[in-house]
Amino acid sequence: MKEYRTISKIAGPLLFVQKTEPIGYGELVNITLSDGSTKRGQVLDTSDELVVVQVFESTAGLGRDSGVRFTGEAIKMPVGHEMLGRILSGGGKPIDGGPEIVPEKRIDITGAAINPYARGMPADFIQTGISTIDGTNTLVRGQKLPIFSAAGLPHNNVALQIARQAKVPGSVEEFAVVFAGMGITKEEANAFMQDFERTGALERAVVFLNLADDPAVERIITPRLALTTAEYLAFELGMHVLVILTDMTNYCEALRQIGAAREEVPGRRGYPGYMYTDLASIYERAGMIKGRKGSVTQIPILTMPGDDITHPIPDLTGYITEGQIVVSRELHRKGIYPPINVLPSLSRLMNLGIGVGKTREDHKKVSDQMYAAYAEGNDLRGLVAIVGKDALSERDRMFLEFADLFEQRFVRQGIDEDRTIGEGTLDLGWDLLATIPVEQLSRIDRELIEKYHPKFRAK
Amino acid sequence: MNEGQNGTGGKLKRIAGPVVTAVGLDAHMYDVVKVGTEELMGEVIKVDGEAIIIQVYEDTTGLRPGEPVSNTGLSLAVDLGPGLLTSIYDGIQRPLEVLVDKMGSFIERGVSAPGISRDKKWEFKPLAKAGDEVVPGSIIGEVQETNIVHRIMVPPNAKGGTIRAIQGGSYTVEETIATLEDGTELKMMHRWPVRVPRPVREKKNPTIPLITGQRILDGLFPIAKGGTAAIPGPFGSGKTVTQQQLAKWSDAEIVVYIGCGERGNEMTEVLTEFPELQDPKSGKPLMERTILIANTSNMPVAAREASVYTGITIAEYFRDMGYDVSLMADSTSRWAEAMREISSRLEEMPGEEGYPAYLAARLAEFYERSGLVTTLNGDSGSVSVIGAVSPPGGDFSEPVTQNTLRIVKVFWALDAKLSQRRHFPSINWLNSYSLYLDTLGPWYDREVSPEWNILRAWAMEVLQKEAELQEIVQLVGSDALPETEQITIEVARLIREVFLQQNAYDPVDTFCSMGKQYDMMKAIRSYADQAYAAQVAGVPPTQIITIKAKNDLPQIKFTKDYEPMLDGIMKAMETEFTQLRSSA
Repeated sequence: MKEYRTISKIAGPLLFVQKTEPIGYGELVNITLSDGSTKRGQVLDTSDELVVVQVFESTAGLGRDSGVRFTGEAIKMPVGHEMLGRILSGGGKPIDGGPEIVPEKRIDITGAAINPYARGMPADFIQTGISTIDGTNTLVRGQKLPIFSAAGLPHNNVALQIARQAKVPGSVEEFAVVFAGMGITKEEANAFMQDFERTGALERAVVFLNLADDPAVERIITPRLALTTAEYLAFELGMHVLVILTDMTNYCEALRQIGAAREEVPGRRGYPGYMYTDLASIYERAGMIKGRKGSVTQIPILTMPGDDITHPIPDLTGYITEGQIVVSRELHRKGIYPPINVLPSLSRLMNLGIGVGKTREDHKKVSDQMYAAYAEGNDLRGLVAIVGKDALSERDRMFLEFADLFEQRFVRQGIDEDRTIGEGTLDLGWDLLATIPVEQLSRIDRELIEKYHPKFRAK
Repeated sequence: MNEGQNGTGGKLKRIAGPVVTAVGLDAHMYDVVKVGTEELMGEVIKVDGEAIIIQVYEDTTGLRPGEPVSNTGLSLAVDLGPGLLTSIYDGIQRPLEVLVDKMGSFIERGVSAPGISRDKKWEFKPLAKAGDEVVPGSIIGEVQETNIVHRIMVPPNAKGGTIRAIQGGSYTVEETIATLEDGTELKMMHRWPVRVPRPVREKKNPTIPLITGQRILDGLFPIAKGGTAAIPGPFGSGKTVTQQQLAKWSDAEIVVYIGCGERGNEMTEVLTEFPELQDPKSGKPLMERTILIANTSNMPVAAREASVYTGITIAEYFRDMGYDVSLMADSTSRWAEAMREISSRLEEMPGEEGYPAYLAARLAEFYERSGLVTTLNGDSGSVSVIGAVSPPGGDFSEPVTQNTLRIVKVFWALDAKLSQRRHFPSINWLNSYSLYLDTLGPWYDREVSPEWNILRAWAMEVLQKEAELQEIVQLVGSDALPETEQITIEVARLIREVFLQQNAYDPVDTFCSMGKQYDMMKAIRSYADQAYAAQVAGVPPTQIITIKAKNDLPQIKFTKDYEPMLDGIMKAMETEFTQLRSSA
């Protein structure tokens, strides 16, 4: 491998190398500093005259005297089943003091797209034990369901609770958790690690940590390393893998940083015009494949800048992912945990994972009815503020009370409370709906009411 | 079409993402080229002196300067002939099923596969005979492809003449089925460049609605066969479900569904569901009339740009056979973003929000390929285009929505507020419109009932009135409204909850015939008339609003043979009103 010492320009994370032999687009690059240390990068633009390299680590110490080697291959991730229980850096190197990973395979981290024809249809209900997810925004194996949160909200606890409690009722298949932290603080990382260790989940986990003070550019590859590992565990070793990516907002900031360094024409709010495509290349790596055992389920977490759901990061994410779980500041202020606001939350694959033989026949209709009733009650709160409770009709007062009950009993639950879907969540839903007269339950058929409604059940 | 020249000698000069530069290539705009030693497929999108700029339809990782580039001399074209139906393609008409066999579950690159099978034999039945005069577009025979008859035409770019020989039998798509006097050989397959609209004799004004079985669409905001509609909405407002409902239930004979830059799992859902669903008319699997184009969001961006053209060209081909085709594009915003991405890599001067200045022109060209037409052979066919739009942040003032609205005739405005309260389909009845109401009015008079147009106008008026009243309710509470208006609010609630809300996942409610829609609306109207009459007779509105019989109206939606039930409800309602009036 030839070493070039023809760096002509260094700007931010970018390195411009002149007079090279033909270099492949996307190749992995090794850079040697004058003190002998090495850094890694990737080719972003290649032509006869000039090669542009994006450096994954800090460019501190790089100079025109640094040596550049092009490896002739794309960035690959060494993977093996020994990876379970390991903690790696955001660049994929062990940081837990353990030995190097002995690779069984080296896989290109870009990841090819799954042929839509080869995809298996997600259909297995995952019970998270959280009513607002299981009952009204059901998670299904192979789904990508992000948590939309904001600064200062307990999204990490929610993610941890999901990771701890998630199971497919009645299934004993092997599972694993792949955790990728991007730009998270050491404290947050510790909280995750301690919880993993406390519950013994670490044995079944592979952790990638790019901390807030690690180079921002490294964040570009962290989720890809994590997903490559997840795909290996899922599609080659047959495990059901839950991938937690946090915080995607930091990832997008890094993307913007590189875009700016390359002097690209920016899109909305300065984020690159290809951010949708780029995010899709991460999120779309969830799913199942026909004829293979495993699955990759993704829970990306992102913090909405300024609590704004129309900000490009949550906006583009929402257009790619199969729904979203929205964590609300208002509920959090009311002291409700988990503060999940079901109204803007959605699981697009819910209908594939619920119903007869999966959860229960009444699941969809109970969920729809609770949504409708809660939405109506919630709207009335605005009215009460103006005209007072006394001016409401009896029907309105009923829905207003339902909204409060819903938040206090259905949404609120303990951080270690693991509710089953039937008795834990759906029956609770029926108990709340029983505060509304039967004839107002317009979304549920008579048959189901007679079977599940407490008024009839008691008889 | 011009024959391939296979010009070689080009070399790659620069690679930066999906856009590459070659030199030493003799090329014209939109020529298809083979890039690199793996012969990745690309298309010329800019000629700049010596430099030829190419968008590559596959991943360009690993390409190096100096690798060869050759020009096929052909434009990007699709295979048209028997074998299209039930297929699922990527954006450049590679059949995904074949790709799975060739390279496994993931999409690798440098693999080509013909759009329709070259080996499969089809039973060709001639409809023309030797000595017949044929012109471009003439139907010379047919093939029973699925339950759909695939009509074999003289290609629009052939010359026509007198048939010298034509023979029925079993043929592959490349074998000669007929010869003309001048020696021209006709085959079942021909190719057509995707960026060129197929010619027609005449475009006509549409007069028949595309019946979709969706109450808010057929009943309030209909689209015509050959018309255009846009469904804009923020994420989670139900664009995809609506598009899929249209693909399932619209009474077109052929459906082309383009998943452009959307979710892989969603395409899988379509693929799993469609073969199991039955066409309400023919009773055959819906898949038999369907062609899917799936270019998911993580597949190469340049192929996403092409997918929309591939889809509409196939749609036009079936139109030319005299069929009514409907095309769903989900989502045109992803297509526009693909244009933006390519444009910014070309360092073109950006227009609004970074979109290229030609965005409006491209959108208009695309939608203009729809229409009810007289085909070259004098038959009648149509392509209806329904485009989903995904405005960032749900903001309809962004360029893709705005430029689309300037072209399309029907606007179905999705509303996140409605979907949040699980009002589905969450199409906002105040913001949506259809400009086909006047031209389609006579059809409704004739085929549904002369009363229908009156009922429709009445329902719209009630909904509009409700919106005004709600503003007052927000300030003073509903008890403060005058009595008649309290009833209006209740009638509007019935229209919303009984008529407008429709459950796509309920086996019965998922499709609602026009007759049933009429009966339902008539029932609501009947309640309204009796309610206002009772109020005049002095019955207090609280009693009118709480009559029991109307609570059963939603059950009509989920009942297949609903007529006896509806009769029962209406009788019970009359009895209750009679009692109310007599006790008042």
